[in-house]
Amino acid sequence: MTVGQDLKAPLPPTAVSRAGRMRGTALRSAGALLAVLLLVLAVFASLAIGSKAIPPGDVLRLLLHPDNSDAAHVIHDLRVPRTLLGIGVGACLALAGALMQALTRNPLADPGILGVEAGAVVAIAVAIGLFGLHDLRDFVWFSFAGSAAAAVVVYLIGSSGRSGATPVRLALAGTAVSAALASATQAFALTDPEAFNQYRYWGTGALSGHDLSVVIRVAPFMAIGLVIAMSLGNSLNALALGDDAGRALGVRPGRTRVLGVIAVTLLCGAATAAVGPIGFIGLIVAQAARLAVGQDNRWVLLYSALLGPVLLLVSDIVGRLVLWPAELEAGVVTAFIGMPVFLALVRRRRIAQL
Amino acid sequence: MNALNTTRRPGPEKSVRPGFTVTLPGRGVSFRVSLRVVLTGTVLAVAVAALTVLAIGTGQYPIAPADVLRALAGNGQRAHMFVVETLRLPRVLTGLLVGAALGLAGAVFQSLTRNPLGSPDIIGFTTGAATGALIQIIVLGGGMAAVAGGALTGGLVTSLVVYLLAFRDGVQGYRLILVGIAINGGLVATNIYLIARAEFADAHVAATWMTGNLNGRGWGHVNLLVSTLVILIPVTLALGRRLKLMELGDELATALGVRVESSRLWLMLLGVALTAVATVASGPIPFVALAAPQLARRLARSAAPVLVLSCLMGALLLVAGDMAAQRLMAPTQLPVGVMTGSLGGVYLVWVLVSGWRKR
Repeated sequence: MTVGQDLKAPLPPTAVSRAGRMRGTALRSAGALLAVLLLVLAVFASLAIGSKAIPPGDVLRLLLHPDNSDAAHVIHDLRVPRTLLGIGVGACLALAGALMQALTRNPLADPGILGVEAGAVVAIAVAIGLFGLHDLRDFVWFSFAGSAAAAVVVYLIGSSGRSGATPVRLALAGTAVSAALASATQAFALTDPEAFNQYRYWGTGALSGHDLSVVIRVAPFMAIGLVIAMSLGNSLNALALGDDAGRALGVRPGRTRVLGVIAVTLLCGAATAAVGPIGFIGLIVAQAARLAVGQDNRWVLLYSALLGPVLLLVSDIVGRLVLWPAELEAGVVTAFIGMPVFLALVRRRRIAQL
Repeated sequence: MNALNTTRRPGPEKSVRPGFTVTLPGRGVSFRVSLRVVLTGTVLAVAVAALTVLAIGTGQYPIAPADVLRALAGNGQRAHMFVVETLRLPRVLTGLLVGAALGLAGAVFQSLTRNPLGSPDIIGFTTGAATGALIQIIVLGGGMAAVAGGALTGGLVTSLVVYLLAFRDGVQGYRLILVGIAINGGLVATNIYLIARAEFADAHVAATWMTGNLNGRGWGHVNLLVSTLVILIPVTLALGRRLKLMELGDELATALGVRVESSRLWLMLLGVALTAVATVASGPIPFVALAAPQLARRLARSAAPVLVLSCLMGALLLVAGDMAAQRLMAPTQLPVGVMTGSLGGVYLVWVLVSGWRKR
């Protein structure tokens, strides 16, 4: 596990003095409150802004007391499901990114970059193309299988050998796995024009065009994934010291990793099945969270779960505005926001040395 | 270049591998060729020739190998002559040349980035080319020549951007790869967006092109490939002999008389040009550039890049892949890119697992 030594050595929580810890906790809690506030703002904006702008005053009123006006229909039938999906998917992908970064000890880990989403996509393409399953309830299981397989492959690569996986190797392997899976997806899409037509829209990662039933169907899986992920903070902190130190602190490394992979599978599988592949959310949010709160994974996970939805909702809103009154899909916007962040990370000397 | 002449110091317990010393007349340049490399090259060349004949013979109208040879020599039956000359031969030749170009480009890139997974498609060239082509097909609605031009422009611009962004007191392999991945991510999203926005017919054409395809390739494609590769391949092979020294590390290579940064730039340009020509002819075909050099290196058990063998291996892989793509789900003709992409995935797992076991 030499990779870990190159990382900025994560301080064990006990190494900080009690007073410092209290102050840190207060600051971090305040930050978390701020994140909640941002989230509320983003949700509100997501309900109000769009090709039909609705005055902020009306949003709350129509939300609580729907009349039969156009605005009420727009809010209840279009923007509420869209916003709920944004919250769920954003939280899922950001948490998955934070978990993957902690598990692989790789600052560049992200469900999109490491091919987990591509695994889900190809499995869904198989479900639709080969088995003719068109209901989300049926193909969500394929999505789980696909992302689990991809996550395990990534994990095996990540934990292989003494020299371990450098960020370069992992990112490259993820890109290559994605490319291979994408051409398999193409094979299914190209042989069936009908499926191709569906796929090409779904593949952009759009939050729009889904109704409330999609939200209801994926919500249980997302919730379970969320709970598992949030419960892993302490164990991940212990494992950051190395497997032996972790064991001495009473953490079972194998169990933590298996739970981590299960959580990543549930989070990415559900998110991808619901809205298609959306990249870079995990990378950006988990990095931002780590920047804000340091290496304590409990806080990183909490911040990720709060800021992920903010980023995705803001991306979605930006997508509604740049081509107004037409829209740019959220997945396209996140890719364009993510690209410079990734570049900045790569050009930073520290990361490059990992 | 003379540095190649200095005998590689044999290890204390290991003697020099069997091989020949080739001395070029007049200029006092000579180099050693390992026996195994020569043997592997011969075997590969024979395999490529045999596969070519087989590939020309297979299809909805099968022709026996003997008849193929007769038709190629110019004295077969008229039906055979027609099928071979107008339909099958240009397709197979396009496949051979594209494969050779990709294999060579991959070998150069892997050596430059010192990474078995470094290849032009992964560092963004291919996706950029696809973006250029998509803009032509979907937004501007140009014909095939315009699409080729768009692909060329897109690929070159992307490579330039990646190179410039990765530049910081020279270009390091790992940074080139990571910057390429970042740019790649943005371009993939653009491509997906363009396809989602297009009319259905345009989108289907675009998606088929993007997969990498040898269907309906004619003599025009072959002429284009021959006229460019006849320059590019020899130049790359000549310059590529520096790669062996550059793999020793920048300092050592400089000490041995290689101008590292300019060699790197030229070799990269050549690699990009090779990929560009291949992409124009056949669309972006994944993984040949990745797999061919590695397979060639392993077969030859060579520590240094084996450029000629990579060419042969690339040609072999692509023609074999195209045959498989045509026959596997017949009568549905899959694009060859689907085949190389999926096989590439299997290959990738193998690379990772074998690297994993070694440690």
